[in-house]
Amino acid sequence: MNRNDKLRIIFGRLMQAIPSIIGIIIVTFILTRALPGDPAVYFAGPAATEKSIQEVRVSLGLDKGWLEQFWIYATSLATGDLGVSVSTGLSVKEELIRRLPASLELTFLALIFSVGVALPLGIAAATRPNSWVDQLCRLVVTAGVSLPVFFTGLFMVYLFYYILGIAPAPLGRLDIIYLSPPTVTGFYTIDALLDGDFETFGAAFRQLILPAITLGIFTLAPLARMTRGAMLQVLSSDFIRTARASGLKRSTVLYSYAFRNALLPILTTLGMVFSFMLGSNVLVEKVFAWPGIGSFAIEALIVSDYAAVQGFVLAMAILYVLLNLTIDIVYTLVDPRVGLES
Amino acid sequence: MKEKRMPDAFPLLDIKNLSVEFRTRSGVVKALENVSLEVLRGEIVGIVGESGSGKSVSALTAMGILDPAGHVTAGSISLGGLDVLGASEAVLQTMRGQQASMIFQSPRTSLNPIRTVGKQIGDVLHRHNMANRQNLREMVIKALKTVRIPDPDRRFDAYPFEMSGGMCQRIMIAMALACSPELLIADEPTTGLDVTTQAAIMDLIRDLSRERNMATVLITHDLAMAADYCDRIIVMHAGHVVESGTSRDLFLSPRHPYTAKLMKATPNGGGSLDDIASIPGGLPDLRGELPPCRFSGRCERHEAICDSSALIAKEVSPDHFVNCQRPL
Repeated sequence: MNRNDKLRIIFGRLMQAIPSIIGIIIVTFILTRALPGDPAVYFAGPAATEKSIQEVRVSLGLDKGWLEQFWIYATSLATGDLGVSVSTGLSVKEELIRRLPASLELTFLALIFSVGVALPLGIAAATRPNSWVDQLCRLVVTAGVSLPVFFTGLFMVYLFYYILGIAPAPLGRLDIIYLSPPTVTGFYTIDALLDGDFETFGAAFRQLILPAITLGIFTLAPLARMTRGAMLQVLSSDFIRTARASGLKRSTVLYSYAFRNALLPILTTLGMVFSFMLGSNVLVEKVFAWPGIGSFAIEALIVSDYAAVQGFVLAMAILYVLLNLTIDIVYTLVDPRVGLES
Repeated sequence: MKEKRMPDAFPLLDIKNLSVEFRTRSGVVKALENVSLEVLRGEIVGIVGESGSGKSVSALTAMGILDPAGHVTAGSISLGGLDVLGASEAVLQTMRGQQASMIFQSPRTSLNPIRTVGKQIGDVLHRHNMANRQNLREMVIKALKTVRIPDPDRRFDAYPFEMSGGMCQRIMIAMALACSPELLIADEPTTGLDVTTQAAIMDLIRDLSRERNMATVLITHDLAMAADYCDRIIVMHAGHVVESGTSRDLFLSPRHPYTAKLMKATPNGGGSLDDIASIPGGLPDLRGELPPCRFSGRCERHEAICDSSALIAKEVSPDHFVNCQRPL
C-alpha cells in the first residue's frame, strides 16, 4: 500500500464519521430538550413573574417548535456558530477554545504518566510471574480501580499541599502571581516554552502534576493489567519459543518480538482509557479547580444550558472520532495484517 | 560456512540418564526418567512416540529452553563438548542458533506474525555475528536460497501470513540453518502440512543434513516416516526410552511390545484400514508412584517380574537396545 492509498483511506474514514456526527447532533439536541427542568424559569431568576419567564423563553427561542429550533441550530452550526452559553454569556465556541486545551493538557500529561508507569510495570510483572514486581502490579491495579478519583485527588492535595507543602495550591492552571503565556496552542506549558518563559513553564507544570497523577492513577490500572496479560500471552506463544531457540538476546525477544505483538491489545485499551479520561476529568477538575471542559459541561447540564451542552457533546464526538482514527492508523503501523479498510 | 569435521565416534549430542520433573499445582509430573540417547555427526536420528511420551521435553532440555516449571533432577547433557545443564544462560544463548537449532510444528505460528521473514532471519544472523548491516540482505537471501524458496528476493519482505504453511516451514529451516549449526532438532516438522508438502519438507531436511554433515534429530509420532528418513530410531513411551536401534532393525524386528504395537498402529500404503490396530489404554498418569515399566498397564506380555525388577537396557543385537523384561 503506497502513501497515496493510505491518505485516501484516511480521508475516506473521516468521511465515514460524518453520518455518526450528524446522528450525534440530532440525538444530543433531542436529549437536552428531554431533560427535566425549564431553562427559561431558571434564567429568569427566583423573583420572576409568569410574564418575565415568557419573555426569557422568547429571547432564548424556546417558544418555537422543536423542528424549528433544530433548523435554527443546524443552520447556525453550518456556519460554525455553536450558539451562546446562557449561563456564562460567552459564545460556546470561545468557551470550548479556552477550556478544551486545559482539559487536553491535563489528559495528555496524565496519559504520559500512566503509560510511563503501567507499561514497564506490566512488562516486569509478566516476565517475572509471582515475584515482588508482580505483587506490586497486582496491588497497584487493585488500588487503581478501587480508589475513586475524587478521593485520590483530595488525599494528594491533603498530603502534598496541606501537610508537606511541596505542591502549589490546587487553584487552577496557574498561580495568580503569574500571567498566562501568550496563546498559541492553549497548552500553558507548551506556550510558556514557546515564549521562552521557563518560570511560567515551571509554575504551570507544578500546577499540573497533582491533577495529572490523580487522573493517571485511575487509568493506570486497566493499562497495567492489559500490558501484563497481553505480555504473558505473547510470551507463551510459539514464535517466542522460536526466537529463544534461535539464541536471540533476551532484550530482543522481550521488546522487538514480544512487546510489539502485545502492543495491539494495549493500544485498544489506551484508546478506551483516553476517552474514559476525557469523561472522568470532571471530578479531577472540580477537586483542583481546573477550568476544563468537564466542569463547564456539568455546570451547563445542571442549568439546562442547551447550547453549551450541545457544543460540549459535539466537541467530544469529534475528538473521539479523531482518536479512533489515530488508533486505527497506529494499528496499521504495528500490525501488517490490519488493513485500514475494515 | 565453517569447516566440518568428519563423523567420528564421539556423539555430538550425548544425553545421559536424564530425568525431568514438572512441578504443577496438581502434583509432580515425572516427564522423563533415565533417558539416554546419543546423536553422531552426519546422522539422522528419529525419536518416536505418542503425544506426551517426552520427545519434545528431551529436545527442549537439550536446547536449554525448557519451561521454567520443568526441573532436571538427574543426568547430564553434552552438546559438542558443552555441558548444557551447567552452562550459563549467556553461553546457552550463543550456543542456540550457532551450534544447535530447532524447528517446530505449526510453522505459521512459530514465526513472528508482524515481522517480515527476511528481518526474522536477519535477526538471527545479526545476533550470531554472521552478517553486518551491509551484507545482511544478501546473507538472508542466500539462506532463503538454500531452502529452495522461489523468488527469494521478493520473499524477503513478505510476512508469514502471506505464505503457505510449507513455505513458512522452509523459512523456519532457513532461519535454523542460517548460522550453520552442527545439530538440528526438528520437532514434528510436518505436522499440519499436506502430504506432498510433508515429503518435500522432509526431503529438504534430509538433503541439507547430508550436505552439511549435521547431526539431525527428527521428532515424530509417525514411525513409517522415521523409518524412511532416519538412520536410527529411538522409541519413547511415557518418559522412558523403550527401544533404540537402526531403522532397519527396528522396523524388521521390533523387540519391545510397544514398538510392535506402534507399528501395527501405523497406516501403510498397501494395507486396508482394518489392519490398523489401536494400542489399548492410554499413557499412565505420570504423577505419583509408577511401576518400573511404564508400559506394563497396557502390555499383553505383562508378568510379575515386570513389577518387581528395575528396567535395564538389554542389547539384543549389536546397537539394538530394548528396555523390557520380556522382549519379543
